[in-house]
Amino acid sequence: MSEHVHPNHHHDDDHGSHGSLRDYVIGFILSVILTAIPFWLVMTGAITDKSTTALVIMAFAAVQIVVHMIYFLHMNTKSENGWTVMALIFTIVVLVITLSGSLWVMYHLNHNMMPMTTHDMGQLP
Amino acid sequence: MTATAEMPKNLSQPELQAAFYDLNEHDHPEGGSTMLGFWMYLMSDCLIFAMLFAAYGVLGGSFAAGPGPKDLFDLPLVALNTAMLLFSSITYGFAMLAMEKNSKGATQLWLLVTAVFGGAFLFIELYEFSHLIHEGATPMRSGFLTAFFSLVGTHGLHVTFGLIWLFTLVVQIGKKGLIPANKRRLMCLSLFWHFLDVIWIGVFTFVYLMGML
Repeated sequence: MSEHVHPNHHHDDDHGSHGSLRDYVIGFILSVILTAIPFWLVMTGAITDKSTTALVIMAFAAVQIVVHMIYFLHMNTKSENGWTVMALIFTIVVLVITLSGSLWVMYHLNHNMMPMTTHDMGQLP
Repeated sequence: MTATAEMPKNLSQPELQAAFYDLNEHDHPEGGSTMLGFWMYLMSDCLIFAMLFAAYGVLGGSFAAGPGPKDLFDLPLVALNTAMLLFSSITYGFAMLAMEKNSKGATQLWLLVTAVFGGAFLFIELYEFSHLIHEGATPMRSGFLTAFFSLVGTHGLHVTFGLIWLFTLVVQIGKKGLIPANKRRLMCLSLFWHFLDVIWIGVFTFVYLMGML
């Protein structure tokens, strides 16, 4: 098990992927652009179709989250032998199940079970 | 069930225990697992926000004949708030770069600049909240407002605790310098601070921008 023994300061430097000035500046500029465009789209109503605008700003948010992950959080597949990425993937899976499941179930619950108007209430037995 | 009784008999009791509990510890340098552990915490924190986003997604349309997003939200203010958080992210990055150069004063200075931007973010958010409550849009008014205040308020609380942590670190660096333990703490706060910015991307997109569509 001698390969587990590290020299004294090795482990501290092991996590040392803090990124460079270049990384932070690139991340910052990309984030500014990816934030400004969705705000501009919504504030000026540049795209008339609302669902198209919603899809476009969601796409911008997704791209910006990836930019933050890479340039600010310095995610890579090698750090901690890949365990950070593994945890992230697990979290994303749980997150997708939670969000899509809640929205899907509650949407149908609202439509199928709740009396939606006072008129519907009057129709109840 | 008899499998345990049939363990090799040529091992002594302590040896058996050692094999079972892994008593022969490998080298675990101090803080060697801190970053991975903190990442796990952030992932579980992410799930808290996933719940709050799900609640907002479900309740976001339940206005109870009260005010909706279009009556309440002020996009230029949200844009300003987003800018504050983004500025604080890059200034924290500068603090990390100063830390790598072992420059104590510059690290503290950039941390304080980060605190100014973080504080501005909180101030603007509290101003927005007080404005809403003054208009009668309290968390009790409708399901939409309950979900809104829970989600945005939880994010604001995280920023508040991040600021407390940040000031603590400024003092600790002042007292003990950039020792390995303080560097580790700075790296954890770095993850925390950038993580909050990632959550804010979700908040301004799904709550503010899509609410104003």
